[in-house]
Amino acid sequence: MAAFRGASAKVFGLKDNKSALPYLLLIPGLLWLAIFFIVPIFSLGQMSTKVPGADIGEFVQEYRFSNYIDAFNSSKEQFLRSFLYGLLATIIALAIAYPLAYAIAFKSGKWKNILLVLVVAPFFVSFLLRTIAWKQILGEEGPVVSVLRTLNIISVNTSITSSAFAVVTGLAYNFLPFMTLPLYASLERIDPRTLEAAGDLYANGFTTFRKVTLPLSMPGVVAGTLLTFIPAAGDYINATILGSPSNKMLGNVIEARFFKIVDYPAAAALSFTLMAAILILITIYTKRTGTEELV
Amino acid sequence: MAVDASTSARGDLILKNLTKSYGDFSAVDDLSLVVPKGSFFALLGPSGCGKTTTLRMVAGLEEPTSGSIFVGETDITDMKPYRRPVNTVFQNYALFPHLTIFENIAFGLRRRGITESEVKTAVDKVLNLIELPQLATRKPNQLSGGQQQRIAVARAIVNRPALLLLDEPLGALDLKLRRQMQIELKWIQTEIGITFVHVTHDQEEAMTMADTIAVMNKGKIEQMGTPEELYDSPKTAFVANFLGQSNLIPGEVSGSDGDNLIVDLFGTKVAVPKARSSARGNSALVGVRPEKFRIAAEGKSTHGNVLTGGVVSDVSYIGVSTQYQVEMPWGKEVMVFEQNDDEEEMLRKGAKVVLSWEPIFTFALDGSENVSAGSH
Repeated sequence: MAAFRGASAKVFGLKDNKSALPYLLLIPGLLWLAIFFIVPIFSLGQMSTKVPGADIGEFVQEYRFSNYIDAFNSSKEQFLRSFLYGLLATIIALAIAYPLAYAIAFKSGKWKNILLVLVVAPFFVSFLLRTIAWKQILGEEGPVVSVLRTLNIISVNTSITSSAFAVVTGLAYNFLPFMTLPLYASLERIDPRTLEAAGDLYANGFTTFRKVTLPLSMPGVVAGTLLTFIPAAGDYINATILGSPSNKMLGNVIEARFFKIVDYPAAAALSFTLMAAILILITIYTKRTGTEELV
Repeated sequence: MAVDASTSARGDLILKNLTKSYGDFSAVDDLSLVVPKGSFFALLGPSGCGKTTTLRMVAGLEEPTSGSIFVGETDITDMKPYRRPVNTVFQNYALFPHLTIFENIAFGLRRRGITESEVKTAVDKVLNLIELPQLATRKPNQLSGGQQQRIAVARAIVNRPALLLLDEPLGALDLKLRRQMQIELKWIQTEIGITFVHVTHDQEEAMTMADTIAVMNKGKIEQMGTPEELYDSPKTAFVANFLGQSNLIPGEVSGSDGDNLIVDLFGTKVAVPKARSSARGNSALVGVRPEKFRIAAEGKSTHGNVLTGGVVSDVSYIGVSTQYQVEMPWGKEVMVFEQNDDEEEMLRKGAKVVLSWEPIFTFALDGSENVSAGSH
């Protein structure tokens, strides 16, 4: 029996790789990050504490941190709405994408590749066009409204564009591939024999899903929800095209401050606040779901 | 209900006319067999012979095209896998990577509504049985192959199934570990007394562990018996060649002498016990295992069946024995294993030799058999 214990130790032989190549390969990426991420973030940070100068578009650095409080106070409502819409869109996308990814991973057979292409296919059309198309689909003459009216679910006078419903479904629709692909990737990695083993150990279909499939697909769930929630919470296109003025999200406020009111410091402060809030939320989320443990 | 798994009628595993077809191809072809309760049974055959498909049908992971499966009196043919009194040790183990070893083993028990303390007792007991109690809190990927293998066995036997199915369970282990696990599995089987049905393509593994071996080929059972029966009295060329090696020499049955058949091999008459002959007509394949031959330089005295006129065409010394290829007068080579247990000098390539062996060590197959069927 002692032979068993010795056998495994050798597997973990470590290699010391002193080659400089990995670092050289990092350089282009680091340069890219420095020029297009770190520098802009830094100047955005600087802008966020400036105050308007004499001319329009001229700002003076005064380290006014109250910019943050003012900007936040003036757009609390949109701030909350961004997170609420982002959250709802993420939940809807998860509900649609999980069965889809599951079917592609386990049940699609020879259709697997075609289905994967279909999942990505919407990306061949621009984000803006897709959102406008969604407006058509939900619009007065569109199929959704006519079906709902025929079934008497909504009255003749009710429309569903320019509503929270339209914005949330638009977000869910637009970010669906970001949810589907990571879910597919983690489901596809599950050894089908572990599912057979669960059945062999008296677990029925539902228990197998709850105790084996779902826990093993958690890395995909976490990745998919993050990839959906983060852009959805920061989005402004869907609210612009599909919403009414009462559906504005934080992205719309930032856009307006930058391009319409030319209040750069407030826009910068809001951008930072949004980033910080998302960062805090996802830190809590990943800690809670304990993804590191799973792989 | 699955809860019954430990209490349901235990008994023999009975397969009746079991068939699994994929289109025109029959992976398992009208297979009938009885595995006695409490035995260690091996399904042995080359890859693609239908042994794994048979096992998966018993486990409920494949649906038979026709036929039925019984455990004792219970027909389990259409039972869902999770209701069968059967557990499986999967190839590559299929442990749950997200659960600890303890939870892996407890998985089946927890599905059956047993109290926490009973689960703990049962898991601890089986971990002690396989001598790995210290691994309870680890995850599968922190274990060596041999350890994972034993956990896979523990996870199955902890449920006390009527039947344990093992699908090439040692295939992923290196040779030394495999030998050790063979002995250990056999020991576990004797210890707990559950029926083991073991699928393997490794004839040595099957012979080491099993009480009864069924040799499968092309979806059918070629022959079933104890390892000794299969080795000493194969009934088909496939079995003769797949289990160990055989020299099969074509001849004509020319008469009979008491308990022996007399067969003419290219002009030389040899005796074959009638009890070990499955020749139906006049033509027969006379089979001699390589280690049953005695080899001597021409002119030495011999007894038993004798074949003269051989010329050594190849010699390999492999320690315990020396393997000779001997070209016979009829142009074919035979294989001879000679134990290195005497002072006799090794015969050189080109030496003229006489082969002899005791009639009792001869078997005969029907002449219509394909000489090279099942050769490695």
